[in-house]
Amino acid sequence: MNTRLVLALAISGAVALTACGGGTTKDSAGQQTGGATNSAKADPNAAVKEGLKITFLPKQVNNPYFTVAQKGAESAGTAIKGEVKATGPSDAAASSQVTYINTAAQQKQDALVISANDANAVAPALKTARSQGLKVVTFDSDAAPDARDVFINQATSNEIAAGQVKLVADAVGGSGEIAILSATPNATNQNAWIEVMKTELAKPEYSGLKLVETAYGNDDDQTSFQKTQGLLQAHPNLKGIISPTTVGVAAAARYLSSSEYKGKVQLTGLGTPNQMRKFVQDGTVKSFALWDPSKLGYLATYTAAALASGQITGAEGEKYKAGELGDYTIGAKGEVVLGPPTVFTKDNIDKFDF
Amino acid sequence: MRNLLRWETALVFLLVVVALTGQVSTSGSFLSGGNLFYLGLDIGEIALIALPLTLVIVAGEIDLSVASVLGLSSALIGWLWNAGWSLETILPTVVVVGAVCGAVNGLLVTRLGLPSLAVTIGTLALYRGLALVVLGDTAVADFPASYTSFGTTPLPGTNIPYPIVLAAVLAVLFGVALHASSFGRSVYAIGANEEGARFSGIRVKRIKLTLFVLAGAVAAVAGIVYTFRFSSARADNGVGLELAVVAAVLLGGVSIFGGRGTLFGVLAGVLLLGGLRNLLILQDTSTEVLTIVTGLLLLVSVLAPSITRRVATLRKAAP
Repeated sequence: MNTRLVLALAISGAVALTACGGGTTKDSAGQQTGGATNSAKADPNAAVKEGLKITFLPKQVNNPYFTVAQKGAESAGTAIKGEVKATGPSDAAASSQVTYINTAAQQKQDALVISANDANAVAPALKTARSQGLKVVTFDSDAAPDARDVFINQATSNEIAAGQVKLVADAVGGSGEIAILSATPNATNQNAWIEVMKTELAKPEYSGLKLVETAYGNDDDQTSFQKTQGLLQAHPNLKGIISPTTVGVAAAARYLSSSEYKGKVQLTGLGTPNQMRKFVQDGTVKSFALWDPSKLGYLATYTAAALASGQITGAEGEKYKAGELGDYTIGAKGEVVLGPPTVFTKDNIDKFDF
Repeated sequence: MRNLLRWETALVFLLVVVALTGQVSTSGSFLSGGNLFYLGLDIGEIALIALPLTLVIVAGEIDLSVASVLGLSSALIGWLWNAGWSLETILPTVVVVGAVCGAVNGLLVTRLGLPSLAVTIGTLALYRGLALVVLGDTAVADFPASYTSFGTTPLPGTNIPYPIVLAAVLAVLFGVALHASSFGRSVYAIGANEEGARFSGIRVKRIKLTLFVLAGAVAAVAGIVYTFRFSSARADNGVGLELAVVAAVLLGGVSIFGGRGTLFGVLAGVLLLGGLRNLLILQDTSTEVLTIVTGLLLLVSVLAPSITRRVATLRKAAP
């Protein structure tokens, strides 16, 4: 057979199979359907069912933050006499959670508690899972709103981002160049916080602060470490760094503590007390913040149980009780807020162990 | 040929073992229609790319840039979609771009005489870099449901995902090209003995170039599938996928040195790797174990065919 013929055959076959129909453009595609539709009625007095099967799906396994959240989820599982199963991918790529979502549907679990790596990449699989009866609760990082029932927000973006800006302003003494070391460029929560930080920085009380760069460490220790190095080299006058990610802030602290910039360049961010204890004690970091991820996992799991038991449907205004955390109300767009983050300093850090 | 058949028989046997133990240990959910549908979705892109890559490896070359071409194709879809192009124009365009990427690999290998391993490690980085230039860090996700449902719904009335239908059609085309055409015989001849092939009048360079072009074009098609399946066009789509594809091809009994292997074996290899992974996840095996099992399978994939071959040779040599 002629080689050109083979080539032509294969390519035309591929093209013919992929291109069909006429003229679908961004403009003609029209509106995406949005908003979760719930036809079911909530029964606030329904008891939490026993023996519920709940899958806990973090962004990636072996990430200390999600390990703590998982402990919270498991303790909620014990409290509701259900079965919480933790599973997940080893990498935080956009699409790597999809297999696990499909598996949860296949295993006929009652609910799925997930922190989405990419709001859109998981959406088709979540929608399919929901159509098969799974209740979907997102926590930490939301999926597309029409693909889940309830989103558990760790704290409002405003609370977190404003808190971070205040911490860095206090640390650098109110003026100087600052930079942000973020996680992946697509992380829903990171981008929301960065936007609010920019709005905060525009306020008169922060007029002395100047944001010079936003770097992305991809939630990878080595990359974050090098990006910190890069930031300091690119901006000799840098006074402070905000790293609102547990991986980033620890890597940045490690770099700073062993460099000439220790104590001169201030670092704050979102970190876990166990990761940051050393750097708070040696003076690299004055203060940092975080919500308690175990409470987040606990609340997300309790919410999943409430959904699966019919106590709530995810509609705005519904109230439910989340075990030892007390009462919560579902807000606009099916969101529930855990509460304001905790600030850790030299004085209180030893009271926390996670 | 007899020795080759032996490895493929072993693969089919392994497949049956995995299927049966899976079926028993998951009390019937492993082979259920729903799970087979998900399994099909998970191996769709790997199956697609494995087809042309089989021919490339049989011809004694390698293409490690395929996953980056997939990423570039995905990024281009997002970028052109945002620029207002129609999908009917975008899709053929990205396939052509994929073919051009493949042609660049092929020309560097055949015209400059560079080793394909080095060339495609280079273009692995280059094409991924281009993808990042095209789409940057953003994700494009507002594709119409008529296209994205391609990745979430099966062929009406069955549990067969659309990507598998596409892979099956291409598998027939590639199967005929490799096993039932003079083109295919030439590919084997080149892989077995390139000098000999050249002296018997086979146009070695042209055939190799064709294979690289095919690999690029099909990788771009896989990029289309990937993008719609996750309704998400991103520059980092499919990072590391080349290793899964090469693993499947080698597990399928294709010799990394060229000249040996069948498309049937490769398809069995794809199915075995995908099936095992699916089964382990379904049984809640921890991710650490999953990584170890995948690594061991990779080793087995290289060792086992060469061991069976050596045993067969020894047996033949014995009186």
